Amino acid sequence: MPTIKNLDDLKRIREEALEKRKLKTASGNVQVVVGMGTCGIAAGARETMKAILDTIEKENLSGITVTQTGCIGLCEREPIVMVTVGEEPKVTYGKVTPEVARRILKDHVGAGKIVEDHKIAM
Amino acid sequence: MKYYRSHVLVCVDPDCLRKGAHEALDAFQDELVAQGLIDEVQVLETSRIGACSQGPEMMVYPEGVHYAGYTVDDIPYIVEEHFLKGRVAKKFELPAETAIDEELSAPTPKEVRVVLRNCGKIDPENIEDYIAEDGYMGLAKALTSMTPEQVIDEVLASGLRGRGGAGFPTAKKWQFCRASTGQVKYVICNADEGDPGAFMNRRVLEGDPHAVIEGMIIAAYAIGSSQGYVYCRAEYPIAVQTLNIAIEQARTMGFLGQNILGTDFSFDLEVRMGAGAFVCGEETALMASIEGKRGEPRPRPPFPAVSGLWAKPSNVNNVETYANVPQIITNGAAWYAGFGTEKSKGTKTFALAGDVKHTGLIEVPFGLSLREVVFDVGGGIKDDKGFKAIQTGGPMGGCLPEAYLDLPVDYESLTAAGSMMGSGGLVVMDDETCMVDIARFFMEFTQEESCGKCTPCRVGTKRILEILDRICGGEGREGDIELLETLCEQIKQDSLCGLGQGAPTPVVSTLKHFREEYEIHIREKRCPARVCKALIRYEILPDFCTGCTVCARNCPTGAITGERRQAHLIDVDTCIRCGICMQVCNFNAIVIR
Amino acid sequence: MTIATVDGKVVLEAVDKAVKEHGATIDELIPILNDVNRALGYLPANALDEISRRLRVPKSQLFSVSSFYRMFSTKPRGKHVIQFCESAPCHVVGGRQVWASLLDHLKIGPGETSQDGKWTLVTTSCLGVCGVGPVIIIDDDIYGNVTPDQVAEILARYGETRE
Ligand SMILES: Cc1cc2nc3c(=O)[nH]c(=O)nc-3n(C[C@H](O)[C@H](O)[C@H](O)COP(=O)(O)O)c2cc1C
Ligand code: SF4
Ligand code: SF4
Ligand code: SF4
Ligand code: FES
Ligand code: FES
Repeated sequence: MPTIKNLDDLKRIREEALEKRKLKTASGNVQVVVGMGTCGIAAGARETMKAILDTIEKENLSGITVTQTGCIGLCEREPIVMVTVGEEPKVTYGKVTPEVARRILKDHVGAGKIVEDHKIAM
Repeated sequence: MKYYRSHVLVCVDPDCLRKGAHEALDAFQDELVAQGLIDEVQVLETSRIGACSQGPEMMVYPEGVHYAGYTVDDIPYIVEEHFLKGRVAKKFELPAETAIDEELSAPTPKEVRVVLRNCGKIDPENIEDYIAEDGYMGLAKALTSMTPEQVIDEVLASGLRGRGGAGFPTAKKWQFCRASTGQVKYVICNADEGDPGAFMNRRVLEGDPHAVIEGMIIAAYAIGSSQGYVYCRAEYPIAVQTLNIAIEQARTMGFLGQNILGTDFSFDLEVRMGAGAFVCGEETALMASIEGKRGEPRPRPPFPAVSGLWAKPSNVNNVETYANVPQIITNGAAWYAGFGTEKSKGTKTFALAGDVKHTGLIEVPFGLSLREVVFDVGGGIKDDKGFKAIQTGGPMGGCLPEAYLDLPVDYESLTAAGSMMGSGGLVVMDDETCMVDIARFFMEFTQEESCGKCTPCRVGTKRILEILDRICGGEGREGDIELLETLCEQIKQDSLCGLGQGAPTPVVSTLKHFREEYEIHIREKRCPARVCKALIRYEILPDFCTGCTVCARNCPTGAITGERRQAHLIDVDTCIRCGICMQVCNFNAIVIR
Repeated sequence: MTIATVDGKVVLEAVDKAVKEHGATIDELIPILNDVNRALGYLPANALDEISRRLRVPKSQLFSVSSFYRMFSTKPRGKHVIQFCESAPCHVVGGRQVWASLLDHLKIGPGETSQDGKWTLVTTSCLGVCGVGPVIIIDDDIYGNVTPDQVAEILARYGETRE
């Protein structure tokens, strides 16, 4: 991590961060974000995260970035997973058990078919 | 293993049960047997697949078709259409989206996200994500183009007030602390969030920790402090962990430490964990706890701004207060002051709980009416019951009845109405709530959390609780109400800290607005809301009872007797009023008297 | 197995580690007590003796501090500590039934430790995750949306193999 010594440094880092983000979407990359606040974890987000990482490794999937985020505010629907494929709109899933996570990777990420029964309208 | 081509999931949550989920399950089984489909279609019980408002709700997989709003008589039709003819029984189908998400589509139009803007959007463990969202821009602006006085002026102009309870103007506090003499000053963040049901601060700490850190650095610059502490309750280990990671990253990047952003301003930050004591949320108790002492409040003055942590000038603000600061500096005071009312600027996060349709965390501008919060943002009362009261301000706040629903939510209005803003807990109560029981419940909490340092609070809360216990237990006496009033007044006057001073508020406010309920409990030995166990009786209506024996088999004390197919009877003396029988009876044959 | 009092050497090591980590000053008392309490499961008398000696703080003051906070225990605790959230939001979404199920499985009451020294059951006020209530915490693992019939399965995860 670079040290920021002045305002220009900060602006540059900000541009770079934005650029990185753009690259991710432009290249058709898939971004999977798991809600890992306490309530997510309490509802089983760790297992969900593990299932996602395991599946990616086992099936040798590429072009997928998995990150975490804090509370989304839909506690009742935790664990929550958000999937963005390239420039398509973000899809938010609720009650994502490891089972559902595998389905999302297979159907949505793999075949472009949204897993409707766990989708949350935002 | 048997292979089923379809699975029917029927919701058996209490709401759907009441609307006949068990009958629906049975009818499905029967119909599937009759149609010879029982080996192909499996019927299962499940919980909550939708709003339960049109229960019993049902989901058919693998198609994912959601049915609701049917009666037992419609089941043969659904079975025939769906499983024999293989088409969706349109009449009862709920469109997938409304079915699951009607109640969850957030944020509602009335919400404005300032504090929560990044929560659920960025990776809290990646500082670059925060920077991409203009993070640390406020700090850079403050350090490179503003004097500490200008920072304070900007915050003053924004109208920001403390979000931890009392709503003291933040800039004024900073001014006092800046003006105090002394080389060493401390900036402290109060993350002890202890009100039951409130978790606004946790969400910010876990979802956007850098906003709090940045706010604290700006405050330190304004005040002239070089060391800060975040006091976080021990019940939030994940928040502590996230915060520590964020602090480490901020340090690596040079936002914390020596010569921040190349200026001669230096500041560092440390997280301190509490050890389980509600009163440590009070600022003087909090500082005692950081010093390694019992977390007991001490009299003020001297105020922390003059003599705080280790007797040095200290500034204590709430998590949310700090989290607002970076955006005020970045976007300007005028932008921030554009939200809210004349005296309460900006937005506030609330934990909406209780009997509303959409519980959870919301962020709204000040000045919305309670009605808008409960009915527009919260979606109204659950199960379309009536509204009875709303409790604001946490365990030391008050209960307001319907007449106050048009009150704007701001510091002054709530205080004038006999309640308070507090940290932002809102508990909505429907018309089946007993207000005496509610008062007792809150009193139980404060009594348990009283640190015991001063007698009015320690002994007084106990006495009040005893009286309330007595009233709820059917042994209230004439004069109890007056006794409560005197005690409340004394505790309020003579207690040392906000806990004792605020402890009587739930009782005072319910006495003011729901006095007749106390009177009925005492004089008629009746609980109008049918909540207080000693004042109610469970009874079986012989006309409705089919003698199915379910209740008798479920009663933990064996209080129910009766022959199969004959009306059953509850023995009042053996019954412990657990309510299980009422939950399990499928025929609504059990009632409370 | 009965509740074993912790071996003297282990106690000294735990105190030593905590004091080294935080520094031997009264300002660090609460973090030190926190660490020792976590390492040993409670604060045995000989640990308080040692802390008192190292920090040069009278024992009476240590007792007064450690009895103030709910998280500290001066009595031995079971191998696994179960915290059950007893606040209203959890209560109304089925907490009562989960509580009954816990009592039923553990055969101990609140604040008690099981005969075999495996479990201690304590109640706590709101843990701030009401959105996924009812909530229980076992050691450092948090479980939300708990139903009465999940209790057995959750407890079983803390089998003999897990130390
Ligand atoms: C019993 C009691 C509990 C409190 N708990 C909290 C708390 O959990 N969080 C908080 O920020 N303030 C709490 N306060 C208020 C603090 O004393 C203090 O006013 C506040 O942290 C100041 O920050 P603010 O100006 O940003 O609101 C509590 C006060 C009392 C009397
Ligand atoms: S009012 Fe209550 S909590 Fe506050 S110092 Fe007195 S006894 Fe302690
Ligand atoms: S009261 Fe209800 S559950 Fe009990 S026997 Fe009668 S019908 Fe059955
Ligand atoms: S309320 Fe409980 S104890 Fe009383 S009859 Fe019903 S099940 Fe039995
Ligand atoms: S606060 Fe975590 S999603 Fe609710
Ligand atoms: S009430 Fe149980 S976590 Fe809040």
